[in-house]
This record gives sequence, C-alpha cells and structure tokens, in this order.
Amino acid sequence: MIVVKDLTKRYRGRTVVDRVSFTCEPGTVTGFLGPNGAGKSTTLRMLCGLTTPNGGTTAIGGVPYAALPNPGREVGVLLDASAWHRGRTGRETLLLAAAVLGAPRDRVDQLLRLVGLAEAAGRRVGGYSLGMRQRLGIAYALLGDPRVLVLDEPANGLDPEGIVWLRTLLRQFADRGGTVLLSSHLLREVEAVADRLVVIDRGRIVAEGDKDHLLAGSGVRVRARDQQAFQERLVAAGLSVTSATDGALVVQATADQVGEIAAACGAVLTELRPSVDGLEELFLTMTRTHTPQGGNR
Amino acid sequence: MTATLASPTTSAPAVPLRRPSLARLTMVELRKLVDTRAGVWLMVAIVLSCIGFATIQLFALDPALRRFEIFFLGTLLPIGILLPVLGILTVTSEWSQRTALTTFALVPARSRVVGAKLAAGMIIALASLGASGLIAAAVNLVAMAIGGDAAWGIGLAQVGAAAVMQLINVTMGIAFGMLLLNTPLAIVSYFVLPTIWSVLGGLVSWLATAARWLDFSLTMAPILNGATLTGQQWAQLGTTTAVWVVLPLLIGTLRVLRAEAP
Repeated sequence: MIVVKDLTKRYRGRTVVDRVSFTCEPGTVTGFLGPNGAGKSTTLRMLCGLTTPNGGTTAIGGVPYAALPNPGREVGVLLDASAWHRGRTGRETLLLAAAVLGAPRDRVDQLLRLVGLAEAAGRRVGGYSLGMRQRLGIAYALLGDPRVLVLDEPANGLDPEGIVWLRTLLRQFADRGGTVLLSSHLLREVEAVADRLVVIDRGRIVAEGDKDHLLAGSGVRVRARDQQAFQERLVAAGLSVTSATDGALVVQATADQVGEIAAACGAVLTELRPSVDGLEELFLTMTRTHTPQGGNR
Repeated sequence: MTATLASPTTSAPAVPLRRPSLARLTMVELRKLVDTRAGVWLMVAIVLSCIGFATIQLFALDPALRRFEIFFLGTLLPIGILLPVLGILTVTSEWSQRTALTTFALVPARSRVVGAKLAAGMIIALASLGASGLIAAAVNLVAMAIGGDAAWGIGLAQVGAAAVMQLINVTMGIAFGMLLLNTPLAIVSYFVLPTIWSVLGGLVSWLATAARWLDFSLTMAPILNGATLTGQQWAQLGTTTAVWVVLPLLIGTLRVLRAEAP
C-alpha cells in the first residue's frame, strides 16, 4: 500500500511537484503517467527517500520509506536503468544488493534467469544495451522479494517482446497481492497492464481513477465499408464523430449504440472497438489544456 | 537519523525485518573497492609501486641500511600516496557511476553508508601495513642474499605511527571525495592543494611557522624517517589532521547527507 499525500517539491522557487496525492492499493497496478518533465521521477524519488520534499508525506505500508528497517525487502525500486556501475558485472551488481538485503546467493541466479540475463550475467554492465539494463533493474527490484514495486519508466528500451514479458510479470505480481506503481510518458506502455491511472502534468495531478472509468469517456473506433455514408448516419443520429489519424472514425458513443445504427441502416462494419486513440487523446488534451502556472511562488 | 519509530498504522511484515548491520555494510563497501577493473588495477598499482620502490632502495642504499625497517618505511610512501585515491573513488564513483541512487535506496540512512565507507577505508589502511610488512620481508630476504645488514627488527612505536599515517591518508581521501563528489576534482585537489601549501610554506617566511603545524609533508616526515614522535610532533600531526582531514570530513559528510542523489 502506497500513500502519497500533498507532496510538494520546489527547486529554486519553481514548483515541480505541487500537492500531489494518490494511493496505490495492494493487488493493483497503478500507471503514473505524464509527459517528460511533468514531475513523475521527482515524485518517485521523494517516495523512496532520495529527495527531500518541501511539503507533504509519503508512506509505504504505513511508514515513510526511510523508516523501513530494510527497505529493499519491502519495496523493489527501479528509478534509473542507467545508474549502474559500468565496470561491475550484472551478477556482481545483484550480489552486492543481495548482501545488503540478506538475500541468499541462489536468489541472484534465479532472478538472472527470470529476467533473461543468465548468459550475460558475467559481462560488465557497461556493455549492456538499455533493454538489458532495464532487465537488470527489474531483477534488482525483485531481489528482496518485496510486496511493493516502484518502477520509473521500466519499459524504456525494452523490445516489444520484453514489454509483453514485463506486463505479465507485473500482472502476476499484483495478482499475488503486490502493489505496483510504474511510471511512463507513453500511454500505450501502461494501459495494457494498469488497473488505475494517475496522470500528472506540470507537477499537478490532472486525472486519477480506474483505467476503465477514465477510458469510458473516450468513445469507440469504427470503420465501415462505406465510411462516408456511415459517418453521415452517425452524425444524423446526433453523435459526435471525429476522424482518427489512420482514417477510422472515433465516435463518442458505446459500441452498442454504434452497432444498432449499423444494423438499422445495413452498413457493413469492418472494425468496432473501444478507442485506444481516444485514451491517447484524453491523455494529450489533459496535459495540453492545463494552463501554464507561472504564478507559483 | 536513528529511527526506532513504528507508526501505529504499520502492518508488520510476516517476518520482522532487521536493518543490515554496519559490519555487513562495511563488507559490502570493501567488496565494492575490489570488484571493478578500476579498483583491481589501483590495488595492483599500489603493490607494484611498493615493489618498485623497495627494489630501488635495495640497490641504491648503503649495505648497512639494507634492513627490514628501512624497507618497511619505504613502502609507506607509495601506499600513502595511492591508497587515498581508493578512498576518493569509494565515494565519488557513487556519483560518477550514479550508483548512489541504488545505494541510498537500499540504505536510506546515509550516515550508515558513510560510516561503512570509513570503516572499509580504515580496514584497507590497516591491511596495507600487512602488505608493507610482506613486501619489506621479501626484499629483506633478497638483501640477505646479495649482502647487507638484513636485520629484522622494527619498533612497535614505528609500526603504530605508520598505522596512524595510513589511516589519516585514507580518511583524507574519503573526506575529499565527499567534499567534492567528483572524481577528477577530488583527486586533483587532494594532491595539488597540499602541494601548493607546501610550496608556499617553503617560499614565504611568515608561513613557515604555520606550515610546521599544517603541512603533512612536514608533520608526517618523522614517521617516514622512522623517528619516535615527540609530544610536540604528535600535536603538529594532530593539528594538520584537524585541518586537512577532520574539517573536510565533517563538511563532506553533511554534503553527502543532503546532496541530491545523482
């Protein structure tokens, strides 16, 4: 359980995190979304006791991170996949952490296999690709068998196969009762795995809630064999219709409504599904329409 | 920040967790000193420079001076010069390689990491005396073979003073590392600042008195010469240590405790 309350951070008078509050429950994956520079990393660093906030509190399982006796046993943290000593091997990096955590040595080899680094374990991290460093970071986070995971942009640098693997891993972790908080600046990386979304922009939370709830307002994508005629039908039915970049129609309605109209006019639909672009749009509009906050002290 | 606090809302984990002991953290820091190529090469460089220095002594010195004590004191200089670099790196590499992020995430009480680094540095400093002894013994055996005094005696006071000197050297390295948090800057400052001070002390007459109290090249000289230090010499060494080691150590520790992890 992660509780962030009224968290605030100012750098030289500029407020980079502004009264941010959210909660992550056990058994859920929370996607922490926002454009680059929105304050995601600063929030996560404050959560992990690496940056001192100017105001607000954070707690993991009821206590501030810094008060956890052996934090790595309770919270798996990956804040920056490039922050490894380039001269150490992957295995040595994990062995050092295992020594601090009091984790058994064979757990290191077990995790190296889990993240697919068993063969590269003896090589220096300086020679790893970004994807391999992310995998090392995920192994590092899981080393202490924690109940909570805090991951900053973990999908960055992973290949599509790796992203699917990570999703499955996080899903299983949450299904076993774990709490996952992962950040991303890309909606697509998060939407497939997250139960909840917290969207931040310019230091402020602009949306928070169940993913499905946030998705609900974003309509459906539809393609018809006779696109033009069908669009006219939809408009005639009083629905709001826009065109997606790939030519599909985005309709602010349920699939049920659109299907009914199609049946009524005998249109042949070639596609009808919840609009992914809609969520992307939602994300973009939320972050765009937010007025610049120059007046902050 | 010692926190024995458990907030009333804490849901206790199934197995009560204990924080890692200082001994364990020290072992980890010791391991970090030698598990990279840079660390290993620095160790090799230290040993090789000792052997080189002792070999020069072996052939350059008058046969009457070819004895264990002289060889032992001879190794102190190269070790004393290079060991602090290890002290600097143990701190600055955490910033240059950005591993402070993971180090402090695992051990949020940064003062314990600082303590472990100091303890590891001191263990290395004391272990270096063993290396000094081994190298000096090996060279003394050669001296025995090629002719020379080859006596084995050495005063306990000399070994003790040598230990103090190496502890000061390593601690000063760690202090400079924490003060500057930047490898090249710390290494250059470590070597250049005391040298500039030495040169000034030698050139400017009114600085000469101060230099006798504040210049390691003068206050450590009796140790390297194998002399038994007088009370005043200890006081001079102590004063130099306060200014060049304790002060940067205090400011450096504060900086590490507060600095933004990279």
